[in-house]
Amino acid sequence: MRDTGRLKPLEGSSVFADGRSARPPVPGTVAREHLRGDAAFHTGKRDGQFLAEIPFPVTRADLERGRERFNIYCSPCHDRTGSGRGMIVQRGFKQPPSYHDQRLREAPVGYFFDVMTAGFGVMYSFASRIPAEDRWKIAAYLRVLQYSQHAPLSAVADPALLEGR
Amino acid sequence: MAQLFHPSTNPFSKVSIAGLLALVLTGLVLLFVYWRSPYLTGQSVVRAQPVPFGHKHHVEELGIDCRFCHSSVEDSAYAGIPPTETCMTCHSQIWADSPMLEPVRASYRTDQPLAWTRVHDLPDFVYFDHSVHVRKGIGCATCHGRVDQTNLTMKGASLQMIWCLDCHRGPEASLRPREEVFNMAYGGASEELRRQLREQHEVQSMTNCSTCHR
Repeated sequence: MRDTGRLKPLEGSSVFADGRSARPPVPGTVAREHLRGDAAFHTGKRDGQFLAEIPFPVTRADLERGRERFNIYCSPCHDRTGSGRGMIVQRGFKQPPSYHDQRLREAPVGYFFDVMTAGFGVMYSFASRIPAEDRWKIAAYLRVLQYSQHAPLSAVADPALLEGR
Repeated sequence: MAQLFHPSTNPFSKVSIAGLLALVLTGLVLLFVYWRSPYLTGQSVVRAQPVPFGHKHHVEELGIDCRFCHSSVEDSAYAGIPPTETCMTCHSQIWADSPMLEPVRASYRTDQPLAWTRVHDLPDFVYFDHSVHVRKGIGCATCHGRVDQTNLTMKGASLQMIWCLDCHRGPEASLRPREEVFNMAYGGASEELRRQLREQHEVQSMTNCSTCHR
């Protein structure tokens, strides 16, 4: 009675030759709510050019979501500060460039989205693990990280914090 | 008619009655012990897997978040066993020649899934949903135990109905803030905070049969 034959996600089945119970969708299938009508939103590019701006207004909550997702999916290699010296890199993975390099500080935000979506070098694509909206929020948070390392002293609100410099 | 049993046999009857009672009681106790035993529930029993994956190494030593691999746990009933691609995200570069990881590489090459042995296998008539538990503030470790300190994966709890009900009758005792759900070492919330969280997360005591049996 514990096993009624109901198939749970990822449970095997002898019905099909490959042993899977869930069938791979027919190529070209578009799942509900998965139509990628807005190509720029899903690729980070418009007419072959990387988007220079995030395609929606970014709120504080979006940045916090971006930070959370960044820390989950990106920080193992890129480090929580974006230095590229994360734990997996310390264990032998090829070191990615720091987000604080001038080249990456000047790169359009769509470039970062494209790397997350399509992968880059030894970095795999994260498109199947992170939804497009979250990838944009991570891209937004990357800008926060970059600013955190290159903010001018005049941006410090409380002058007392600058004492002793 | 003469008596069948001499008075000296009286202790025999007394011992027999007491013995029978003791036998029934011992039987009941043994049954209960068996019912709660790992032999029956599978709690803390390591299952053979195609690759000896260690949570302790990946979570505690490397600091990888639960959601890096179990990426659907917040949005879906099922937490998700990572596809081979997730393993290969790192292992295409690290331990890339290890014979222990050959099944992973073979799976990636041939597009045949790794056949992991399910460790938490609820009866088919139970409908459990990870996402709602996560959203209400139940930590991973509350049910799965300190997976981050366990080498080979095993069940952290019996998953028997009485175990589910223990919490469903008084969910307040297990609540934690949402941002601590994936913190395996969380020390527990104060009574005051748990009362607040129950309010905030709109947690109810769900003990209706149809909550889980649909």
